Amino acid sequence: MTVYLPIAELSVNIFIILGMGAAVGFLSGMFGVGGGFLITPLLIFYNIPPVVAVATGANQVVASSISGAITHFRRGTLDMKLGSVLLVGGLLGATAGVWVFSWLRRVGQLDLFISLLYVVLLGTIGALMLQESLRAMRRAKMNEPLPLKRPGQHNWVHRLPLKMRFKKSKIYLSAIPIVGLGFGIGVLTSIMGVGGGFIMVPAMIYLLRIPTNVVVGTSLFQIIFVTAYTTMVQAATNYSVDIVLASILMVAGVIGAQYGVRAGQKLRGEQLRALLALLVLAVGIRLAVGLVVKPDDIYSVVVGGMSF
Amino acid sequence: MRRLLRSALLLAMLAPPAMAQAPLGQPPAVREGLEIGASTSEIAITSDFRGADLTIFGALTNADELLLAIGQYDLVVTLEGPRDYATVRRKERVFGIWMNTQSMTFEQVPESYSMASTRQIDSLDQASSLNDIGVGIEHLALNPVGYIPDSGLIGEFREAYRRLKLASGLYQRDTSGVRFVSSSLFRASLKLPANIPDGVHVVRASLFKSGQLLLQRELSLRVVKTGIEQAITDAAHNRPLAYGFLCVLIAVITGWGASLIFRKD
Repeated sequence: MTVYLPIAELSVNIFIILGMGAAVGFLSGMFGVGGGFLITPLLIFYNIPPVVAVATGANQVVASSISGAITHFRRGTLDMKLGSVLLVGGLLGATAGVWVFSWLRRVGQLDLFISLLYVVLLGTIGALMLQESLRAMRRAKMNEPLPLKRPGQHNWVHRLPLKMRFKKSKIYLSAIPIVGLGFGIGVLTSIMGVGGGFIMVPAMIYLLRIPTNVVVGTSLFQIIFVTAYTTMVQAATNYSVDIVLASILMVAGVIGAQYGVRAGQKLRGEQLRALLALLVLAVGIRLAVGLVVKPDDIYSVVVGGMSF
Repeated sequence: MRRLLRSALLLAMLAPPAMAQAPLGQPPAVREGLEIGASTSEIAITSDFRGADLTIFGALTNADELLLAIGQYDLVVTLEGPRDYATVRRKERVFGIWMNTQSMTFEQVPESYSMASTRQIDSLDQASSLNDIGVGIEHLALNPVGYIPDSGLIGEFREAYRRLKLASGLYQRDTSGVRFVSSSLFRASLKLPANIPDGVHVVRASLFKSGQLLLQRELSLRVVKTGIEQAITDAAHNRPLAYGFLCVLIAVITGWGASLIFRKD
């Protein structure tokens, strides 16, 4: 059964889109990630124009982050104040990102830039995750104890001015790195269509030394608002959010996520992480191949575009 | 009326080159006329449109029977889509990666172009005059925006543009699409591509006699897209903020709804 996507301007098989949404939802539930970094490349592989894939990906992340944020809010593992400071940076970053996005689109380099960013990001994160999970697996086999973490130690981040007190997180930290982190994630949201949790969570834990229990809930809080804002801005400037595509993905995604959560509780952590790492690497490699292989046609036509 | 006719006759006699062009040397007493008509002035298409044929009927009046019999009259019927700028980009390998390096924007070219003719139009006339009237895919005016010194480069980009447009189905040609139904009536079948743009299209019929353009007739045709998909596209472009808000709202409801439905406690 085919369905016509009005903004992407092409007909797709609805079951393939449903399957894509469910599979990514399943993985995101299993690993506690938003799934934007998988859905956007998958849509591009399925010939959805990157412009539409990115904007629609951001919209899809809104839905997949909400139920998680609600859970964390109920449990009290969400620092509103910290989230709001992150959000200030995030909104600024998303605005700047959409501006860069529109400019790249105008000069005809957007598709390349999106692919390059994905290759770099997926390659780095996949490699780091694989390394970490392999080390953990080896350690588990040899029954070695976990190395002691030193959360109390301070680094350069803690010497910055403009310090604020975050009661819920029980930390006293400068607003500069928080806004900066939010800004960077905001840029990624608008250019790549991701929530950015897979970067924000480790950065909050290792760089800002924020207690692990509030990290996921707080990052989800900021992701919801930044992705919602990005969806609005992309809709207003690039007209590239496909409501039909997004709806199919969201419905399949939230259902898939529920089963993913259950499956994730039964499987072992390290093996799971190694699997995700391999998947992330595979997507990155597939995108990299697309960049270096000679395209079928080196020419392309865009209607209405004024280039300079 | 009679005086007008007399002066036209006089004019025809005073112009020996025009007489010389008629192969049998008979100066036409009356000029040929051409009329065309379509069954509709508006085509409504839905999103499941897979392309269709548009039939244009036309009549040739006062045609020379003999010239008609030996096929000296030729007709080219075109359907031109709305005009807009079009940018062609070319990729090149830079540090092992294929990226767009050069681009050229053409001024106001039709987004779609469907053509039917009685025969191969390049055999109709010298290419130069087809270029002047802009009839035929190979003869459409493709003028780059800005000054480009390298004419070879312009040629390459023009060729790429035509090739890509033909490949996408937006430009089509059928060299046997116009057929005479009787000695004066003809029928042209134009192909409407599945991805036809909406807007005002122009049907243009050109009558050639012994390879010379005699006259042209035009009529406009509006292509309107209908259905829910078009309503969505219109909303996205005309009311982008409301549309974006709706997208976010759907996401919130979906996410929230899922957390209510699948709540364990």
